[in-house]
Amino acid sequence: MKLLMALTGSLFVLFVLMHMYGNLKVFAGQEAFDSYAHHLRTLGEPILPYSGFLWIFRIVLVLSVIGHAYSAFYLWSKAHNARSTRYAVRAAGAAAWRTQTMRWGGVALIAFLTWHLMHFTTNKINVNSAVSDATIGDSPYQLVVASFQVWWITVFYLAALVAVGLHLQHGVWSAVQTLGWAGTPGARRISQLLGNAVALVVSIGFALPPLFIMFGFVK
Amino acid sequence: MKINLKIWRQAGPNATGKLVTYRLDDVSPDMSFLEMLDVLNEQLIAKGEEPVEFDSDCREGICGMCGLVINGEPHGPRVTTTCQLHMRSFKDCDTITIEPLRADPFPVLRDLVVDRSPLDRIIAAGGFISVSTGAAPEAHATPVPKKNADRAFDTAACIGCGACVAACPNAAAMLFIGAKVTHLGELPQGQPERAARIVKMLNQHDAEGFGGCTNVGACADACPKSIPFDVISQLNKDLRTSLVRGL
Ligand code: HEM
Ligand code: SF4
Ligand code: FES
Repeated sequence: MKLLMALTGSLFVLFVLMHMYGNLKVFAGQEAFDSYAHHLRTLGEPILPYSGFLWIFRIVLVLSVIGHAYSAFYLWSKAHNARSTRYAVRAAGAAAWRTQTMRWGGVALIAFLTWHLMHFTTNKINVNSAVSDATIGDSPYQLVVASFQVWWITVFYLAALVAVGLHLQHGVWSAVQTLGWAGTPGARRISQLLGNAVALVVSIGFALPPLFIMFGFVK
Repeated sequence: MKINLKIWRQAGPNATGKLVTYRLDDVSPDMSFLEMLDVLNEQLIAKGEEPVEFDSDCREGICGMCGLVINGEPHGPRVTTTCQLHMRSFKDCDTITIEPLRADPFPVLRDLVVDRSPLDRIIAAGGFISVSTGAAPEAHATPVPKKNADRAFDTAACIGCGACVAACPNAAAMLFIGAKVTHLGELPQGQPERAARIVKMLNQHDAEGFGGCTNVGACADACPKSIPFDVISQLNKDLRTSLVRGL
């Protein structure tokens, strides 16, 4: 179970890093961003059909999300069954906070992910009434810029990034520990630092484009 | 010192328990925590009430009998056992809540006494080495590098008190198992049964109804013997090796 969680979790980390790299292309301008989005769909051609690579990628990710969530709920229910009488006094420790952020934070992430996919991938929802649908056309770049000009969208995405950061801060080092690579005090310290670093890089890296758009540096 | 106590009272395994309030007016800061409970019990007996049941044996921090959850922390606020905790760690007029170690595999027998035999069964499942009886072997015949010997010693310090289980939000016993597999795995004598050991111990752990580890770290914070958290990664590594070998 834990192994499944660690492996699927690690896959997400790789995905998230790649995704962030793509997003940062917003700074390189419309052409670069749009051609990157297009490139994702033509990757692997002509061996694979248009979007073929992307679809394989999506299927792997969806299976991983299912496996990840399954093991999460399995551990959750097991923990619940292992202590049916609760403590009257609980030390206000970091421990409870960590588990709760992983579990409820994970659920929040799935909710966010659903909206996020509807927003940018399946339904391409335009929330900015000041920008006409015609301007956006089928340019992902225009859609992204129009979206983050709306302040509450930016705030919502930033909140989601905080959740991602917290999840990764514990998740990354936890995966290293589960895979058996943190077996000495030194290795543990390094992997915990690694967890913090990945969490910071990912949250800040994702936060830059929305922030720059909201404050009008990227149009 | 004046101390207010809220203690979990439960008449038997199936009785419903509740917290009962007591008050002690003359506690010396030099008393150990268990001596303070002894004083309470003397007063209860003098009044003709049932004394509070709690476990203890060595009272010098080496046997592992005395785990209590004090204000939500197993063994209380210090890195030591309950019997080695002293009242000077508390303030005058403090209210102290005392509960048993809580985990479904550790049923409450009475008041603060729980049954920790699941830990014994985990040890019996694989936490041992097999040696022939007879004369002690010549000590120099099997050299052990200092680094391994030190780590084996540090992890052998586990006294099986169960505080790690009590502290864990998942009620997992992984620190306990990690300490044992690291202790035996660092030594040449532990090698022959190493691959099977971890699988047997974990199967017993799950059969006893303990929860699954999510690498929270509350166990290592609560451990009176400072068993390091990384023994759990060692455990996972041993498990990985065993899985690869198809055990
Ligand atoms: C379906 C929604 C999700 C739920 C319910 C969820 C829940 C959990 C839980 C309960 C854990 C174990 C926590 C622990 O070890 O204390 C975990 C671990 C982890 N999660 Fe998630 N999570 C979700 C989505 C994600 C996403 C989107 C990512 C990637 C950004 C991710 C990355 C990780 C990583 C790397 C781990 C560490 C694996 C390990 O513990 O060995 N998770 N998740
Ligand atoms: S690992 Fe520490 S807390 Fe757990 S049983 Fe051993 S001594 Fe007690
Ligand atoms: S009574 Fe032996 S460790 Fe406390």
